[in-house]
Amino acid sequence: MEHIDMLVDWSRAQFALTALYHWLFVPLTLGLTFIVAIMETIYVKTGDEWWKKTTKFWMTVLAINFAIGLATGIIMEFEFGTNWSNYSWIVGDIFGAPLAIEGLMAFFMESTFFAVMFFGWDKVSKKMHLLSTWLVAIGSNLSALWILVANGWMQHPMGMRFNPDTARNEMQNFWDVLFNPNAVNKFLHTVSSSYVLASLFVIGVSAWYLLKRREVKFAKRSIIVAASFGLLASLYSISTGDQSAYQVAQTQPMKLAAMEGLYKGENRAGIVAFGILNPKKKPGDDHDPFLMKVEIPGALSFLGYHDLQAFVPGVDDLLYGNEKHQIAAIQKKIDEGKIAVAALKAYKEAKKSGNKQRAKAALERFRAHEKYLGYGYLKKPEDAVPNIALTFYSFHTMVGLGTWFLILLILTLYYTMINEIEKKRWVLYAALWSIPLAYVAHEMGWIVAEVGRQPWAIQDLLPVGMAASNLASTSVMITFWLFAILFTGLLIAEVKIMTTQIKNGPEEH
Amino acid sequence: MDTMISTYTLQVYWWLLVSIIGSFFVMMTFVQGGQSLLYRLSKTESERDLIVNAMGRKWELTFTTLVMFGGALFAAFPLFYAVSFGGAYYLWMAILFFFIIQAVSYEYRKKPNNFFGERFYEWMLFLNGTVGIFLIGVALGTLVTGGHFVRNDMNLSHWTTGSYGLEALLHPFNLAFGLMLVFLSRVLGSLYIYYIVDDTEIQKRVLETLKRNTLIFLPLFLFVAGYILSQNGYRYDPKSHVVSAATLQYLHNYLSYPAVLAILVAGVLSLLWGVYLALFKHKSSAFWYAAFGTVMTVTAILFDLGINYTVFYPSLSDLQSSLTIENASGSHYTLFVMSIVSLLVPIVLAYIYAVWRSMDKHKLTKEEIESDPHHY
Repeated sequence: MEHIDMLVDWSRAQFALTALYHWLFVPLTLGLTFIVAIMETIYVKTGDEWWKKTTKFWMTVLAINFAIGLATGIIMEFEFGTNWSNYSWIVGDIFGAPLAIEGLMAFFMESTFFAVMFFGWDKVSKKMHLLSTWLVAIGSNLSALWILVANGWMQHPMGMRFNPDTARNEMQNFWDVLFNPNAVNKFLHTVSSSYVLASLFVIGVSAWYLLKRREVKFAKRSIIVAASFGLLASLYSISTGDQSAYQVAQTQPMKLAAMEGLYKGENRAGIVAFGILNPKKKPGDDHDPFLMKVEIPGALSFLGYHDLQAFVPGVDDLLYGNEKHQIAAIQKKIDEGKIAVAALKAYKEAKKSGNKQRAKAALERFRAHEKYLGYGYLKKPEDAVPNIALTFYSFHTMVGLGTWFLILLILTLYYTMINEIEKKRWVLYAALWSIPLAYVAHEMGWIVAEVGRQPWAIQDLLPVGMAASNLASTSVMITFWLFAILFTGLLIAEVKIMTTQIKNGPEEH
Repeated sequence: MDTMISTYTLQVYWWLLVSIIGSFFVMMTFVQGGQSLLYRLSKTESERDLIVNAMGRKWELTFTTLVMFGGALFAAFPLFYAVSFGGAYYLWMAILFFFIIQAVSYEYRKKPNNFFGERFYEWMLFLNGTVGIFLIGVALGTLVTGGHFVRNDMNLSHWTTGSYGLEALLHPFNLAFGLMLVFLSRVLGSLYIYYIVDDTEIQKRVLETLKRNTLIFLPLFLFVAGYILSQNGYRYDPKSHVVSAATLQYLHNYLSYPAVLAILVAGVLSLLWGVYLALFKHKSSAFWYAAFGTVMTVTAILFDLGINYTVFYPSLSDLQSSLTIENASGSHYTLFVMSIVSLLVPIVLAYIYAVWRSMDKHKLTKEEIESDPHHY
């Protein structure tokens, strides 16, 4: 058993490592492709060579970032097989499709037109080049769509049915998978916040030039494009974030409780604006969950249920049950799940021995309890609770930073429009230091989404412990360190190259 | 509506598609071939830049085709994805490692302040072009030589060796398959450079390299082809799905499907014709004959391994755990949906073709590279 826990921990660590590294590069690509496409459109419309130079500079930055995004991306696709092979079988019939479609619809578009964008300036017409740049932007965002459809399905599985003969979930309705409300919203929230990151990146770099009193025209024009684009994206990102919380409340109440550190459910539940969790607090005990907190009353009820008076269940309600609000205890779900697991086994054995009657009875028993099949693999009810501190702090950091970005974008856009941005050095410094903050906010967002879903690989359906490949934990440990060293080396190279290009400035382009 | 096509038809269709995508990937490894020949073909820095840039405009397409190959396998044959990737762990991880290092090397090689230095990135390109391709060949070889896996009633699998795929490196057939792919990629790489690069010095060296690599490739290919055709292999009963040893199964499949055999023969001839055209007629279009010859040959080989009730991934630990296109595939519904999606393939191929043509209208010269500040 201990071995299994170690294996699952290392497998999760490796996936977290590669995903977090990958996400250091993706959002900039998603947003910057659109920003350069907008800039090139201005160039083609006005014929002003200066805009071409500006476009080319940001394209160079994009290319440096794009390459390492590909490098860290390929491993993610294959890791589903290498480290999560049970997962690949149990849900591969649904999960594999969006990944394959991503390759066919998006990756080829990106990689084909990427070459035109970089090497085609003198080989194809201006319009064809512009079209290629837009297709790179559309292609990269399409790839985000498909992978987020896959992730959305992990948060809220639908459109499938368990087939006891093959012992896996099989797709029943492709449209349910694609238009899963969770997937659609996840896509919109993720790409819009990626546009915010890319805008903050462009603004931060431009602010650095202004602080150094160089490339003034270039910097101001870049800020205008990026801040306008970023402000729209920021507003949209906040509204889709709100929608995300609503969906989490409906389909992942335990995640919502963890996000807010809410142990005892209540009506008119508030949102913690600022708080420090009590490290001694365990589910079910009488400790106060917070050492201190500042709360906005009723806000969580409103966010989660669009009703100020609504009851929001806490960790304890979900874990131990709450009769008044008709919430079943996890132990009860585990018991039902174990019946489903046993019935499935009995069905398999009866089929093997050719006893049709027993097989039929076992199947009926299985169908009656299959809703909780996933719970049958949990060892104890407490396993159903994610890491609350990590989820809580990540969520609040993300929301806090998201709010700050909105303010910053308004400030930079306003001061640039009235042509005072150079004098507001504190705004420029704030913009420069917000580049790393944007990355922090993004990584935190993924931690909320993925850690908050634990112990599930697929919500309520498949716990991570059941999903991992049957390997020796040392094998995964070895590859973990191998990739940690490799990616860190590549990241250092990327940052050095990028900062050197920025220091050299757009003049060389 | 989707019940009009039988599950078996969809499985065969997807096995064909996976074989075709795999064959396009092998064809596109001319990029890796060029990478491994970098130092052999260039004497000066500007020559090296020229070759790197010739490959650098296509490498992403190769990379994407590999990702597509993985994605198609996952969607169509998820049990293979689970069993092989999750078991031959070290082998697949090593392959990934040698492709990750490629992805940054083109972009970072010439950039100032790139931390590791120019030579380092060239070495990464070399390792990707040699070790990376070799390991892919070893992995593909296991479709014939099998793997040490056991699959239980719930279709969950584990590997019975602790070397997790590294044992595949001990089998001579796998090694030959890997080496064959390396030398094929070098043949194709030479032909591509001959086709795209306008530089008399390099052109001269390329023909010499092409000759040498073809002479190594051919015996390896003959060994691999002879080995496959003389292997007995395994088949399954279409009704009971019980796996049993067969007699000359792969050869039997070719004889049962003469069209596949014809594609194989035409492919090999086209490949050789390409080499001949370059070596003896100095035709730069020779690349295309070799490229399409490769696509046909590899498609015919991969397709043959899975059709006609053949086991495409034998288990060496428990014969009944072996994988077939029937027991490893996705559900009828998913295969059907994906088949609809696959109608996009011609569109994708069409725009790749159009872009390729407009980008490769003129040969690549040192002057072009030097005048372009964005060059690799």
